[in-house]
Amino acid sequence: MSDTSFVRTEMLPEKDPPATSVGAIGWARANLFDGWFNSVLTILSLAFIWYVLAGVIPWVFQSVWNATSLTECREIMSETWGSTHGHACWGVINDRWLQLLYGFYPPYPVTPDVNAGDGTGMLPAYFRPNLAFVLLLVAISPVLFTNLPRKLLIVSAAYPFLMPWLMWGGSIWGPVMVAAGFGIGFLAYRIVNPLAGSLTAIIAAIFVPIIWWLTLAGPVAGVLEGIVSISIPEVESRRFGGFMLSILIGVVAIGCSLPIGIFLALGRQSDLLIVKSLCVGFIEFIRGVPLITLLFVASVLLNIFLPPGTEFDIILRVLIMVTLFAAAYMAEVIRGGLAALPKGQYEGADSLGLNYWQAQRLIIMPQALKISIPGIVSTFIGVFKDTTLVSIIGLLDPLGLSNAIRADAAWNGIYWELFAFIAVLFFVFCFSMSRYSMYLERKLHTGH
Amino acid sequence: MSELMSDREIDRSKMKVSDEVAIEITNMNKWYGTFHVLRDINLTVNQGERIVIAGPSGSGKSTLIRCINRLEEHQEGSIVVDGTELTSDLKNIDKIRSEVGMCFQHFNLFPHLTILENCTLAPIWVRKTPRKEAEETAMHFLEKVKIPDQALKYPGQLSGGQQQRVAIARSLCMRPRIMLFDEPTSALDPEMIKEVLDTMIELAEEGMTMLCVTHEMGFARQVANRVIFMDQGQIVEQNEPEEFFNNPKSDRTKLFLSQILGH
Ligand SMILES: Nc1ncnc2c1ncn2[C@@H]1O[C@H](COP(=O)(O)OP(=O)(O)O)[C@@H](O)[C@H]1O
Ligand SMILES: [Mg+2]
Repeated sequence: MSDTSFVRTEMLPEKDPPATSVGAIGWARANLFDGWFNSVLTILSLAFIWYVLAGVIPWVFQSVWNATSLTECREIMSETWGSTHGHACWGVINDRWLQLLYGFYPPYPVTPDVNAGDGTGMLPAYFRPNLAFVLLLVAISPVLFTNLPRKLLIVSAAYPFLMPWLMWGGSIWGPVMVAAGFGIGFLAYRIVNPLAGSLTAIIAAIFVPIIWWLTLAGPVAGVLEGIVSISIPEVESRRFGGFMLSILIGVVAIGCSLPIGIFLALGRQSDLLIVKSLCVGFIEFIRGVPLITLLFVASVLLNIFLPPGTEFDIILRVLIMVTLFAAAYMAEVIRGGLAALPKGQYEGADSLGLNYWQAQRLIIMPQALKISIPGIVSTFIGVFKDTTLVSIIGLLDPLGLSNAIRADAAWNGIYWELFAFIAVLFFVFCFSMSRYSMYLERKLHTGH
Repeated sequence: MSELMSDREIDRSKMKVSDEVAIEITNMNKWYGTFHVLRDINLTVNQGERIVIAGPSGSGKSTLIRCINRLEEHQEGSIVVDGTELTSDLKNIDKIRSEVGMCFQHFNLFPHLTILENCTLAPIWVRKTPRKEAEETAMHFLEKVKIPDQALKYPGQLSGGQQQRVAIARSLCMRPRIMLFDEPTSALDPEMIKEVLDTMIELAEEGMTMLCVTHEMGFARQVANRVIFMDQGQIVEQNEPEEFFNNPKSDRTKLFLSQILGH
């Protein structure tokens, strides 16, 4: 008799797994105490975490909030805990947080030729930067979350022109004329395209607005201001500072570097030799020099090259440099995404008769950008943190301000508290970006 | 190679070859660098013809049909599609591409768009069809390829056979006059090949002009009115399917058929 033949007569019922493999105990056993080596590592790690927290938590929470100088802080510490060691002096934040957030931006800007008393008007303090920040959130929300009403995109479109007006003030006609330049560029494309082909039209769409901005935009804005005057008090660039400045530079660089980076990445793949060499040259040059060099060029060297007497706002110069720097990195990140797309996607688009720009916009870029999300967001985070470098050329970003605050006799010698505060604020922004990118990756995942 | 025969009778009432020329290729040569991949190709396809192109791997079959809609550029000779000659003029190329549908071995669906969006994209952007109308057309063709219920899914959620049928529907939405197929079934599991072939047979029954690169000899026998055998970049033999399979003339064809039919 062979016993290789077997027929099951009864199906087995389902049983619960053993208690050691599920629940808290099961989890700890599988993840923390799986063998003696892991157990030792777990215990050592726990001891280390305990050691760090035992130092940090009392420092953060057994601290002084109400003090106007470091000396006062130390006195309070000695009285309360008998020692000045191991306790934070948050008094400096309490005392200077407005400065850390806004720099020397006036809470109530006034027109220089108007004597408006103490300047306290009907509006709350720092109304303009706060409004600009709230509008920023409104403007980016429909871009970040596609389920929001599409009408909000109007705010997003207007924001690039509204924000500088709110921040720097002056006549509304300036930003309006800048915006008009884009309309003129579009018109130029529409008019030239049927006459002279798409390449000429693109060149026209780039140069006609530039000519407009350099020559006519200013005088036209002046005339319109003369007819209908809509203006708010101006604020000079040197008064900008604090987190407001970091966010301003970060947002502009992030917002502009993505589209510029896309065009650079496409240009790098172009069949047109000149376009290709220009893009490669630009990208490799910018990636080959440190950002700080570019910032020095912006702050010092440009003055040498520009005709004497030219007013070229320092923040604007920094914005351009940081944006170009970010764009070069962005271009390479996006090129990686483009390279990862199978050739079949181009062929699919081509075989349906889509033209180059349609194929790029509808098929290639959505996928290439999706693949590049982690890299794009890393670049964003990097750019945002790199904004602290502007302190080296004398702009008062939070780090620059921390030096300024220490220069004051009252807070001379305070380091940790300022840096901790700045670090926490940066962390909030960078961590949100990182979480958002993970959300986006999950949302855009359409395969299995 | 599978010898799948459709189980149903083929309705030949509309399968008529007209005198109108759909594709005319004259003395066409193509090189990849210095490699002479297509040599002196002459081929005339009439409206309503169903042509199967066979041949060993690397013989230039894909390259040939990809030249017809300019996915590849030829260097010598001329290709005239529907009266328009393929030159480097971008307008002509886009016009021809929108009239010639193409299905690929690996489907080339757009994974970030739903099935419906895949089908409406080109009509909306290339033909400027209103969205609603484009969606109706898309649903019509998705019903035809028997997957209307998958319209809102993404390509990644469908089986290979379903994806290839979507790819066919996507091409049909542009209302092409000619369809090109490049080994549409060779990336599919055997049980899915039949569903795709059935769709292609239906298309043939409606009188579509078709050029298929395929190893499905059953399909060739049933549907094609001409089989073209290519080897080393040249057209070696062409004939009606019966003659081609039962009485091949050239030795290369005989060798190829004996390999592919497993005799
Ligand atoms: N892009 C390309 N560059 C260089 N050689 C190629 C390219 N595509 C195909 N070939 C070569 O051309 C020949 C014909 O290829 P193909 O038309 O794909 O053959 P088939 O489809 O008949 O298998 C092959 O030898 C292949 O290696
Ligand atoms: Mg092939």
